[in-house]
Amino acid sequence: MRPRLAASLTRVVTLAVLAALIGLCRPETARAEPLVADLSDHLIAITTGFTGAELLLFGSIERNGQVIVVVHGPRTDVTVRRKDRIAGVWVNTEEMVLSGSPAFYHVAMTEGATERLPAPVLSRHEIGPENVRVEPPADAAPEDIARFRAALIRNKQNQGLYASAPGQIEMRGERLFRTNVTFPVNVPIGTYVIETLLVHNGEVVSAQTTPLFVSKIGAGAEVFRLANEYPALHGLAAIAIAVFAGLGANWVFRKLGSA
Amino acid sequence: MNIYLPIAEMSVNIFLILGMGVGVGMLSGIFGVGGGFLMTPLLIFIGVPSPVAVGTEANQIVASSVSGVLAHWRRGNVDFKMGGVLLAGGIIGSTFGVWLFALLRTLGQVDLVIKLSYVVFLGIVGGLMMLESVRAMVRTKSGSVATLRKLHEHNWLHGLPFKMRFHRSKLYISAILPLSVGVLVGILSAIMGVGGGFVMVPAMIYLLGMPTSVVVGTSLFQIIFVTANATFLQSYLNQTVDVLLAVLLLVGGVVGAQIGTRVGANLRGEQLRGLLAAMVLAVCVKLLFDLVLEPDDLYSISLPGGH
Repeated sequence: MRPRLAASLTRVVTLAVLAALIGLCRPETARAEPLVADLSDHLIAITTGFTGAELLLFGSIERNGQVIVVVHGPRTDVTVRRKDRIAGVWVNTEEMVLSGSPAFYHVAMTEGATERLPAPVLSRHEIGPENVRVEPPADAAPEDIARFRAALIRNKQNQGLYASAPGQIEMRGERLFRTNVTFPVNVPIGTYVIETLLVHNGEVVSAQTTPLFVSKIGAGAEVFRLANEYPALHGLAAIAIAVFAGLGANWVFRKLGSA
Repeated sequence: MNIYLPIAEMSVNIFLILGMGVGVGMLSGIFGVGGGFLMTPLLIFIGVPSPVAVGTEANQIVASSVSGVLAHWRRGNVDFKMGGVLLAGGIIGSTFGVWLFALLRTLGQVDLVIKLSYVVFLGIVGGLMMLESVRAMVRTKSGSVATLRKLHEHNWLHGLPFKMRFHRSKLYISAILPLSVGVLVGILSAIMGVGGGFVMVPAMIYLLGMPTSVVVGTSLFQIIFVTANATFLQSYLNQTVDVLLAVLLLVGGVVGAQIGTRVGANLRGEQLRGLLAAMVLAVCVKLLFDLVLEPDDLYSISLPGGH
């Protein structure tokens, strides 16, 4: 366990340093940049005591405009199923695999930031849950795609993984902005991309992306890794633990009983 | 105090899980049942994904059966030969069951099949137990003496080939019988996350005609191996065994079982059975409602290969 724990910590630290370097090296962050944004932390560690996380996203703008922040989780395939009543019982009947949908989605903006943005811009930057991009199967009918896409977003919202309403970005004076992003306990692991946009007169005038890593850390992470990378070993270990627990329990209570 | 379960990928209150372990452990101590058929639905009710509930519960039953079989072994109440034949069937059944489980998962029907199996089996077992205990209570009230039913009757089942002698059970029957009981219970243990004692024990008494004294020990003996096989395969094929959850459950479970054994000694048999039957039927009805009431959202999502 020990060296493996150390190895995973090293991995996380390396990732965090890389993330910081990527942030530093970006040309957008040069001196006269109209938009600078950063996160209070670039790593969310899911430990055994994890109950969710809240990050502060902050930055400054060097010209007038409004700010929009879009948080995209790692892109995954999702199977959406529809139930129908068959012989009195609700059974999954239809299904559609929607590829490349973000596992997590959040959007925040300053008051009225999207008012003058045209639909193609909203769609390109995936501003608002209705603009989240998914790839439907090539042979699916448009009305089916719309149905299953809406169901995906609705289910994700119920799980707390997609924002139901955009969050608020607060301005501090003319130039500074800040917003809190809440990640629930069921936050999916992976690499997140946080896109901060500066909009003015119905146009995106500047954009910056910041990475965020969500990883499992510690004993729980090792168990998860073992279960997925060495499932046979994990299964044998699970049985061994159970057998010893059973023997132990029997022994303890026999001692207690005879005492 | 919350704890994050690495495989179930959810945060649960540690005392809730321990409490559930104690509660179901107590019941299993009082009634002498494994408790898997109550624990798996309870885990599903608190939001554990059903594949994880099934895989994890199989793991926990390994521990509780090991702990339980030792007491019976010391009293010589385990028929190892019969256990071996049941086990051969059990391994075939649970292997097939886990494979079927993985297939159902890709088809998106696993939730339905788990819940349907529970409704059917809990309904049958709970209903029969309720009938039996009500009849017994009526008999005690009216004061009439119960006529002992003949346990061992000769019928076509005894004409089957491959006869085997089971000394401890005092039986000379076809090996096909215990083998098929084993296969059936193995499938149930893989799909429902139960040891299958609640099906196996009646089958051993009424179908095979085994003496009651060796039934529980022998069934526990073979449940160890069948649930171990199910645990291994669920972990290997589906990655749905949460060891942390299993350990929490079994810590509560062993404590509860000890309390339950003591409580059970002071309660009357038929009332006890009636109570257990009522509980079994309550779980059955709750699951039935889940299946027949229109869901809040007709659509559901899942990650392919995930849970």
